Amino acid sequence: MLIDIIKHSTRFLALLLLQGLVLNNIELSDYINPFLYVLFILSLPLYASKYLVLALSFVMGISIDIFSSTLGMHTAACVFMGFLRPYILKILEPRDGYENNFSVNIADMGMKWYAIYVVIMVFTHHLFLFYVESFSFSQFFSTFGRALVSTIFTLLLISITQLFYYKPSKKRR
Amino acid sequence: MRNFIQFLVKNSFVFLFLFLEVIAFALLIKNNNYQNSKFFNSSNYLVGNLYESVSNVTDYFNLKTTNSELAQHNAELLSANINSFTKIYGNTILINDTSYFQKYVYTSAKVINNSTNQRENYITLDKGAINGIKPGMAVVNSNGIVGIVKNVSPNFSSVISLLHQKMSISGKLKKSEYFGSVIWDSDENNHRTATLKEIPNHVEIQKGDTILTSGFSAIFPEGLPIGTVQYFDVPKGSNFYNIIIELTTDFKQLSHVYVVKSLQKEELDKLEGLIPKDVN
Repeated sequence: MLIDIIKHSTRFLALLLLQGLVLNNIELSDYINPFLYVLFILSLPLYASKYLVLALSFVMGISIDIFSSTLGMHTAACVFMGFLRPYILKILEPRDGYENNFSVNIADMGMKWYAIYVVIMVFTHHLFLFYVESFSFSQFFSTFGRALVSTIFTLLLISITQLFYYKPSKKRR
Repeated sequence: MRNFIQFLVKNSFVFLFLFLEVIAFALLIKNNNYQNSKFFNSSNYLVGNLYESVSNVTDYFNLKTTNSELAQHNAELLSANINSFTKIYGNTILINDTSYFQKYVYTSAKVINNSTNQRENYITLDKGAINGIKPGMAVVNSNGIVGIVKNVSPNFSSVISLLHQKMSISGKLKKSEYFGSVIWDSDENNHRTATLKEIPNHVEIQKGDTILTSGFSAIFPEGLPIGTVQYFDVPKGSNFYNIIIELTTDFKQLSHVYVVKSLQKEELDKLEGLIPKDVN
């Protein structure tokens, strides 16, 4: 338990600094901006209560907002994502339920489960974020396109982080 | 009543979600109205210091371009120096009998944080109230205009970049002196171009024409370069041109800027009183 708290706090800080200092400065063709920090909310433990997840999403969002002077934007998107998480976990729940000691990463949950989970969560977050940013539906398709392309880049970065967890030897056993 | 409380308890998760979303949107809307709380912007002490130490490292990557820019600027100043002028011997002698007084004071500052990819971009500078910087001052660099100071803390200040969807600056065509407003098109999201509006369609313009600041708002000194005409046309049924200009300032390479204090601004603002400012 204590180890988990330390682990997730470290991940929080690392992702916050990475997003605020490095990734916010990355932009390909003025449209694409990856938001890797959502990985923190994605990989909160399965046993964490949904209230805690919602509160932590709020904290993560507002920290990112303070860094990028976009107060409220990321907070709204993160809270929405934290709200959806328990429902998506319920939909994706295996027949025998989740194993208690599993963490949310590609090695424990398996490639297929993790891919579906991450794609749904990241895409809803990005859609919400980009529509809040433009604050109108007037450029519906251009905003949708920006969300889509940024989602692809965020997913790319998340899959790179999952390479650290992926242990083929453990899988084959 | 009991049923109501039961209903609240049963749906407490949804209510917590709605409560947090309301906070987020309240912050968002407050922020959009530029009454940004002083604590949460990027001139706040902790983040400001962090950005400064990161900028201390990343500055080295831009040294080459910064050096050449400074060298060029030095050369311009040297050529304006009194020593680079000689007396004219001949029949005509120019006599200048106007006495001058100073109108603008420049303070140099370093950019420690900068964004170009948002719809509302801000820049953080390493000088603040201690150095005499106040909200409403203009920020320029050797190439052109940069933005307007929005908030100041003792050691830092945050600047609304020209690349901001609500920024509008009065600019004029150098050739014909016709003026309009320069607005950045946030939907295009291109950090190199902006739009010049309100130029009537009988004015002759050409590709490459220079656009300068008009000096009407007393924030920016008159005659600073803003950009050059890149493309223009007249939309059907409109009396005004649609002009795309290429900005002279490269917002991705900002490192040293000057904050301009206008010594006459207060007097002018007092006089113009009720007239709404063109920059909000």
